[in-house]
Amino acid sequence: MAEETLINPYPDALTEVEMRYCPGCTHGTAHRLVAEVIDELGVKDRTVAIATVGCSVYAYEYFDTDAVQAAHGRGPAVATGIKRVQPEAIVFTYQGDGDLASIGMAEVVHAAARGEAITIVFINNAVFGMTQGQMAPTTLLGQRTTTSPTGRTVEAAGYPIRICELLATLPGVGYLAREALTTPPRIRSAKRSIRRAFETQVAGGGFSLVELLSICPTWWGMDPLEAVEHVEERMIDYYPLKVFRDRLAEEETGGGESDA
Amino acid sequence: MTQQGERVFISGNEATAEGGIAGGCRHFFGYPITPQNKIPEYMSAELPKLGGVYLQAESEVAAINMVYGAAAAGARVMTTSSSPGIALMQEGLSYMLGSELPCVLVNMVRGGPGLGNIGPAQSDYWLATRGAGHGDGRCITLTPYSVQELHDFTAGAFDIADRYRNPVMVLADAILANMMEPCALIPRRELPPPERNYAVGPHDPQERERNIVNSLWVEFDAMEAVNERIAERYRRAAEEITDWGEFGAEEPEVLLCAYGISARICESAVMQAEELGIPTRLIRPKTVFPFPAEPIRSWSERATAVVVVEMSMGQFIEDVRLAVEGRCPVDLLARTGGNMPSVGDVVEKIREVALTAGAAGV
Repeated sequence: MAEETLINPYPDALTEVEMRYCPGCTHGTAHRLVAEVIDELGVKDRTVAIATVGCSVYAYEYFDTDAVQAAHGRGPAVATGIKRVQPEAIVFTYQGDGDLASIGMAEVVHAAARGEAITIVFINNAVFGMTQGQMAPTTLLGQRTTTSPTGRTVEAAGYPIRICELLATLPGVGYLAREALTTPPRIRSAKRSIRRAFETQVAGGGFSLVELLSICPTWWGMDPLEAVEHVEERMIDYYPLKVFRDRLAEEETGGGESDA
Repeated sequence: MTQQGERVFISGNEATAEGGIAGGCRHFFGYPITPQNKIPEYMSAELPKLGGVYLQAESEVAAINMVYGAAAAGARVMTTSSSPGIALMQEGLSYMLGSELPCVLVNMVRGGPGLGNIGPAQSDYWLATRGAGHGDGRCITLTPYSVQELHDFTAGAFDIADRYRNPVMVLADAILANMMEPCALIPRRELPPPERNYAVGPHDPQERERNIVNSLWVEFDAMEAVNERIAERYRRAAEEITDWGEFGAEEPEVLLCAYGISARICESAVMQAEELGIPTRLIRPKTVFPFPAEPIRSWSERATAVVVVEMSMGQFIEDVRLAVEGRCPVDLLARTGGNMPSVGDVVEKIREVALTAGAAGV
């Protein structure tokens, strides 16, 4: 019998607690990518995860690291408090679009402006999941939600917010990218960005954030494949996939004038 | 720069800031608001010299959540503000209560509601003693009445916060914040890091399991157990740290109850009432949660009337009435909106209730 080698083992940085996410949800994918990066960088015992409010509220049960549960939107402020007391800690928040782009907008913008050495994993699925499908700040125009039942309109709710483009103006940002959790190549690319974001923190290179376009089959009213197509055909059009800032690469190549 | 351990002439705000440092605070997160700006200014100058951190948050909402993070990471941490800012901090306080984390906050109360004004007031009594956001918890609340006590109580608040793993509020006002008095400074303590087995941060996994700081308890029994644990701490605090001062006649006709700057005014009134032949005794709580109900109860049995003096429209009086339990009439002298009662106002009130009690033949 041939000897079997497990080439992609279960990450150390994930517990074996059964996740509560809906079938088809990409939170599990995002969790795994973050956990793999923590393992690869060997920072599990230095890491503090900040769980926020939304579907990922139980992140502290899933990441096998020290963890703090934060009030809705306040993750970056809580992370700031931890990092300022324990500069050797690797601190990351895991926030959805309601948490980060709605109620927590002030906290994320100011953490980025300060160049706070924390990492933010930003799940953008354009809907409030935990509260059952209400409109988010990132809900696309025309998208139907339980509080935009005939589709989001500019007249009623204005335009969806592009967080990366907003933060890209701030010199304190060390790494900033938008990725999508739709296809294997895109997921591999997402992992590279998450790794880069954590490396930026380890190297003291400033604030880092990775936005992950994610699917919510339950509240989009789609099956998972339709939801993936929706991201590919609609969301990426409005939210282009891009590395907006990579200060470490700019420093390595000596090129790319940094605003900082 | 203040010399350590000496007696200085200093403002309440500066005495508070130096009290925090003396108590071991090396991390301060805050947001400017009058009448307490001298505190963050002082901290921004002093803490970096001590290897500490001063950070000006983007809002009071962010400031208290930074305090939450710093407390979770094991720091002796402090914030200060004034009424509208303290209102904004209620959310974070509730999370700290639920997560059973210590911190110290100072409220230099100003006139309200709304934007109000920057005059002195005591109208955050309910916010302080009933507040700490939503849910089943409160701030342990200390009420200094002098610059010296602002210094001493702030320094001592950190040990209390650690002991009960609960936020402690120092409740003062715009006058105490800005008046200057002599103050004997407590030498700055170099504290060894207290044993904080709950704190998050880099660690040796051989030495402990991972730590989770959390206030989410979806199982009802688990949430109830947290609330029972918090309530038990309050029962313990009531036995261990309830504190008050007494001043005046041993056989009082009138019992005065006041805290903070109102109590300071009442001390002069007690002496003037004595000269008018109305024996009067002042009880002034130094803690209002836990509340010194017992001395108020026992002295009210011997007096013919109780007068409550407060710079709010009848908040503190509720706790006094709960202590008196109808043993004698409880009357209120209230000034608010930035106004303070004068000594004459208090004496007049004492005379009025003494006359009424006399006429009623009590």
